[in-house]
Amino acid sequence: MSLDITPTLTATEEARRQVEICNACRYCEGYCAVFPAAFAERSFSDGDITQLASLCHNCRGCYYACQYTDPHEFALNLPAALAEVRVESWDRFSWPGGLSRAFQTRGVALAGALVVGIALMFLAIRAIGSAGGDGFYAYLSHTAMVAIFAPAFLFPLAALAVGVRRYWAEVGGTPLRLSDVTAALVDAGRMRNLSGGAAEGCNYEKGDRYTVARKHAHHAVVWGFLLCFASTSSGTVLHYVFDMQAPYGLFSLPKLLGIPGGILLTLGAAGLIALKLKADPALGAKSAWGGEIAFVGLLGLTGLTGLVLYAGTGTALVGPLLALHLGTVLAFFLTLPYSKMAHAAYRLAALARDAQIKAARG
Amino acid sequence: MTDIDRVTWDVVVVGGGNAGLCAAIEAAETGAKVLMLEAAPKTYRGGNSRHTRNFRCMHAGPLSVLTGTYQEDEYFDDLIRVTKGKTDEDLARMTIRDSEACLPWMERHGVAFQPSLSGTLSLSRTNAFFLGGGKALVNAYYNTAEDLGVRVLYEAEVRHITVTEGRFEGLDARIGGKDLRIEGRTLVLASGGFQADLDWLADAWGPAARNFLIRGTPYNRGVVLRDMLDQGADSVGDPTQCHAVAIDGRSPKFDGGIVTRLDCVPFSVVVNRDGDRFYDEGEDVWPKRYAIWGRLVAAQPDQVAYSIIDAKSRTLFMPSVFPPEQADTIEGLAQRLGLPGNKLRETIDAFNAACREGPFHPTELDGLATQGISPPKTNWARPILEPPFFGYSLRPGVTFTYLGLRVDRTARVSAHGARLHNIWAAGEIMAGSILGEGYLAGFGMTIGTVFGRIAGQEAAAHVA
Repeated sequence: MSLDITPTLTATEEARRQVEICNACRYCEGYCAVFPAAFAERSFSDGDITQLASLCHNCRGCYYACQYTDPHEFALNLPAALAEVRVESWDRFSWPGGLSRAFQTRGVALAGALVVGIALMFLAIRAIGSAGGDGFYAYLSHTAMVAIFAPAFLFPLAALAVGVRRYWAEVGGTPLRLSDVTAALVDAGRMRNLSGGAAEGCNYEKGDRYTVARKHAHHAVVWGFLLCFASTSSGTVLHYVFDMQAPYGLFSLPKLLGIPGGILLTLGAAGLIALKLKADPALGAKSAWGGEIAFVGLLGLTGLTGLVLYAGTGTALVGPLLALHLGTVLAFFLTLPYSKMAHAAYRLAALARDAQIKAARG
Repeated sequence: MTDIDRVTWDVVVVGGGNAGLCAAIEAAETGAKVLMLEAAPKTYRGGNSRHTRNFRCMHAGPLSVLTGTYQEDEYFDDLIRVTKGKTDEDLARMTIRDSEACLPWMERHGVAFQPSLSGTLSLSRTNAFFLGGGKALVNAYYNTAEDLGVRVLYEAEVRHITVTEGRFEGLDARIGGKDLRIEGRTLVLASGGFQADLDWLADAWGPAARNFLIRGTPYNRGVVLRDMLDQGADSVGDPTQCHAVAIDGRSPKFDGGIVTRLDCVPFSVVVNRDGDRFYDEGEDVWPKRYAIWGRLVAAQPDQVAYSIIDAKSRTLFMPSVFPPEQADTIEGLAQRLGLPGNKLRETIDAFNAACREGPFHPTELDGLATQGISPPKTNWARPILEPPFFGYSLRPGVTFTYLGLRVDRTARVSAHGARLHNIWAAGEIMAGSILGEGYLAGFGMTIGTVFGRIAGQEAAAHVA
């Protein structure tokens, strides 16, 4: 028996091999932030590779432009190499450890969380009940909702904060300044790294043709999500500050924010799934494909079930619809630090770190 | 594919690189029925264009990503300098003038540009860089051609062009393993040079050529060029010459492209297989010397040389695609490179003893020269002293060949001094008409674009 086997590279080693070839070429400099960041270095530590991987938005422009893709012996596939590094790094940073791989890579794990979340809400409605409230609170008391959702919201944020701190240490981040945060938010808000530079768009669902479909769908999801979040926040303010209780009418702040938000979120998520089904899975993290589809589905469902709940207001279906919506939201929040949702935090951190490095270079 | 040989095509384009694509797009835009035959499989389509990165462009003011101005006379002077006058002034000036209108045409047909790459700021005024490089340009043109209804066949190797009494009548091709006869009313030849045919290179240059590396596509074998020359087509360019530069000796035999470039020579001591120096490493800045070094290395035993630096020069040049060999002693490095250790030690010691004190400026001719050794090193001569020591092997890398088809201002090919009735040529296959010697960065793409467009327009007008 021969022990002479070709050593397989880890995701980070493979990405380093590829980035070093890129650094001798530089043709892709204008696509996104990954390349100028890489080309300022001559060698790449593990932390450098993590940082580059988190800057990559998987627009795939560099892959289709690359003269060294398979079957060339250099076999470059930078979008996939960096995607694998991201999946591994989020797993490494997540707290508590081990959960991230399950939710990132296994769609069925997220589906399971969804079932559990909905079941818990049915149980809660049955076991706790209204305690004499009106509207939604006729099914589950406001106190019970807060008791469930406050920790379900705060725990994931705390867990994610631990992950981001670990990320920051690995990539050698320095104390944050306001300008770093602003730069990161502007980049993310414009999705500059999905813009393809002068080419305007991604090479995603149509192979080497540039389209803005993915960028637009992603924008819809982000802004839809933020509107939904603002809707919930405004409801909380109305409840506690103005003593106004849900459900709110059409011309109330929660509805004016929530309905367009829910529609954007639902359509955007449906769009992202449709695009992902058309795109070549070999240019992303193949292991995370199912988990990513499931995550976008879950995100879209939070919007869709919210809309359906609104449509069902006043009917006998409110009880089950409420359980469905709240259960979806619960599953979304509890898995947030371990699902693809974590990418929002790590990407913002990467963009902020990139702004720091650029500022330091002058 | 069964219909391919039952149609009489308006325009048949042989070769699917930049020039062929420009011709196909121009012809298809007039409504002509266009067939493009590309010898490579789809993943390797585009010939040497897939390895290019920019387009040299005349401009009277800032244009797209180009800064300042670059006028006809300056552009022509640059061409005269590299070709040492081996050009056709009329064709060259026409190409230069046409380049200005080409850039907006390229943008309209899907090509995206980016500012000059890091490390190439000296070209930001003269050369417009393709976002993503030449393969992205090739992809954009294929998409445009497809939208215009151009029929593209891959792995379509043209074997013979039938020319009867100065008229193209059809061609024989092997397409997807099947021999087919293609009929067409006009023909555009854009199938490149012959640099990937090592036998032909060896015939032209000598047996040493078998050790050369080919920087570009393995599909430019010159089959169509030879077929046309055999039928009496008028040629241009020195049939024995190719453009070769010194590249990383560990590069792939074919298709290594841009990353195989090595910029360490001016800061190094270069020895041959026997450990002897053979030329002034510091004669001029590297962009003006890499082509000379291709020939110098080609003349050494086994067509190989070794560039040796020490720790202090490690970051003075662009990173290499493969890490260098490394050792803490000169003898150790010699062992890693397969060089005679004592001899290398002697050569380095003699070189070090000839170095003198003085200011060192890596980005300009600093005049820091050796004294009392032959050959001298006339700039950047610093002793090789600080470990670790690094070594790179160098081999000649062929970029393109000069022999091609003679064309006139309308890209028309001639034979026995008379214009052929319905055959045009564009790109590398005719570039020798303008670029008789040397190379000017981004000018190959300019010739291909200008003549590709002309050839496409002329062929389409012929069948209109």
